[in-house]
Amino acid sequence: MNIHEFQAKQLFAQFGIPVPIGKEIRTPRAAEKWAAKLNASVYVVKAQIHAGGRGKAGGVKLTKNCAEVPALAKELLGRNLVTHQTGPKGRKVRRLLVEEGAGIARELYLSLLVDRDSGWPVFIASTEGGMEIEEVAAKAPEKVLKEPVDPAVGYQGYNGRNLAYGLGLPALEPSILGSFIALLGNLYRLFMEKNASLVEINPLVITHDKKLIALDGKVSLDDNALFKHPDFQAMRDLHEEDPLEIEATNNNLNYVKLDGNIGCMVNGAGLAMATMDVIKLAGSEPANFLDVGGGATKETVAAGFRILLKDRNVKGIFINIFGGIVRCERIAHGVIEAAKEVDIRIPVVVRLQGTNADEGRKLLQESGLKIEVATDLWEAAQKIVALTGKRRKKADAAS
Amino acid sequence: MSILVNKSTRVVVQGITGKEGSFHATQCKAYGTQVVAGVTPGKAGQAVEGIPVFNTVRDAVKTTQCDTSLIFVPPAFASDAILEAADAGVRLIVCITEGIPVNDMVRVKRALRGRDVRLIGPNCPGIITADECKIGIMPGFIHKKGRVGVISRSGTLTYEAVNQLTTLGLGETTCIGIGGDPIIGTGYVDLLAMFEKDPETEAVVMIGEIGGDAEEKAAAFIKQHIRKPVIGFIAGITAPPGRRMGHAGAIITGGKGTAAEKMAALEDAGVIVVRNPAEIGKTVQGALSPRGSV
Repeated sequence: MNIHEFQAKQLFAQFGIPVPIGKEIRTPRAAEKWAAKLNASVYVVKAQIHAGGRGKAGGVKLTKNCAEVPALAKELLGRNLVTHQTGPKGRKVRRLLVEEGAGIARELYLSLLVDRDSGWPVFIASTEGGMEIEEVAAKAPEKVLKEPVDPAVGYQGYNGRNLAYGLGLPALEPSILGSFIALLGNLYRLFMEKNASLVEINPLVITHDKKLIALDGKVSLDDNALFKHPDFQAMRDLHEEDPLEIEATNNNLNYVKLDGNIGCMVNGAGLAMATMDVIKLAGSEPANFLDVGGGATKETVAAGFRILLKDRNVKGIFINIFGGIVRCERIAHGVIEAAKEVDIRIPVVVRLQGTNADEGRKLLQESGLKIEVATDLWEAAQKIVALTGKRRKKADAAS
Repeated sequence: MSILVNKSTRVVVQGITGKEGSFHATQCKAYGTQVVAGVTPGKAGQAVEGIPVFNTVRDAVKTTQCDTSLIFVPPAFASDAILEAADAGVRLIVCITEGIPVNDMVRVKRALRGRDVRLIGPNCPGIITADECKIGIMPGFIHKKGRVGVISRSGTLTYEAVNQLTTLGLGETTCIGIGGDPIIGTGYVDLLAMFEKDPETEAVVMIGEIGGDAEEKAAAFIKQHIRKPVIGFIAGITAPPGRRMGHAGAIITGGKGTAAEKMAALEDAGVIVVRNPAEIGKTVQGALSPRGSV
């Protein structure tokens, strides 16, 4: 689960990590009130969307004039922001963070995540703050420092010293050493206690008056650990999620919307990805990832159908089920019931394999519905691509 | 021969009185696995399909000499269950549970380091040695004793590959689902090394997916140490970056962990990479036939 920058900074503050004084703002009027109260030498107005690259896209405004803040807020609120992470459609700005500006002497990069190979949390730090770390890693890998933390004992002072001396901080600014080492410890505590999967401060700045401040903040929380933190529910912003994905989650389905036109419904995440890949190999593009899970029932299949059909790009549906514990004849019943319920006017190919596959295929063939049935994965993929292709050509000819 | 599990493996099922636990314990037993004990705290003295239930893994080990644990405990209690099994002296732990918090697994993995115990999973279908021993949730009937070892991060996609191998008459030795989470107990490398040493395994199918760099690490190992043919498939060539594709570990982050990168690394290591998942079996057959005909 991703959260907004202002929420990340609230977590930082809770854990003693210094952040600029700021507030979440939803209207120009609130911006005006807050700016007057803030009384800063520089005001920063930042669009709050779940995507990076906001600065370059014009989503961050600066002013020294308190009176300009409401106008800047008005300019950003409701605007569609397109960054390299939002896709061409962009995201609508509904919230802002209005905070005091900092006098920047130096920008650093700092993040913490779990290294998948070792299974240890690892700090990543660089003197090249403000840039994307992937870019730094590609251009100057020697400038990206890593410091693993032994989870058996947790963060130690030496972890902080390794990074501080590695970055050359004492030479840059000796008075900052102690607070830098303490900040890393606080970040580690936040990461473990809040079950974060990523904490990133970019940039972490050293100000002219020799203080460390987290000027930006990104926190991703581990979806698997949300049950430990019921308070996180309040931080979820449904506007940042696709409505079909929300509906899928509510039905215990795992759905990711894509841009193609063949909707697919599969049991198991790996097989679902492989099914998307096979659609592409057969000459078309998948409209989505949809895993109905190991315990697929009539109800989940019907819910999956409804979600696929709500995507207007979908011109054909490919259902691929490998029955293990899930029995194919039950899936077939689900497909038949759902098809009767929702009036499907586009081609559907159902491929059943595994437990009771023959029985399932027979049910579908005898259902009187216009559903193509298949056994082989490749044959099924070619079938659905051919059927949707034909339809498209017919539609083109008619128009 | 086979790797890790066989006819003499003695299994304890943790969480045996739950819906999943009781169903699969029964299925494993029916396959021929020696399921000798179950554990659910507070339910000692009961039995599930004739399998005695104990309060603790320690009690189960003492009474039944079980050496392998199969875990169906809910995510919030799974790390406790894994550590309990390790402490009780079990040598192999197979954790099926999906949805364990990553930081819980960080602590578990650290605690198991240097100890004489192996964890498979979590978030995996388990391990099966065809016609001998099934420890997991896979459909037993698609497996047939044969020549190919299978290692996979997926569940149903593994069944797809296994079904192709069986249909073509190639059969399998041992099939292991290593799990779809970012942090897992056992990766490709250890298992590849075991298959290389197993005289009955003639080729290995390796099924990967986007996210992390386990396949790249495996490729480096294969290049150095594996002589047997390895056939690889990577799911997710069409997956967009930054989106989690079902499995917690299946996500491309910072441009890293793409299917294309993994395929290139494997090909560079001499692995036969299959583009079309429907052709995994046929490709294995092709890789084995020159030897078979000699």
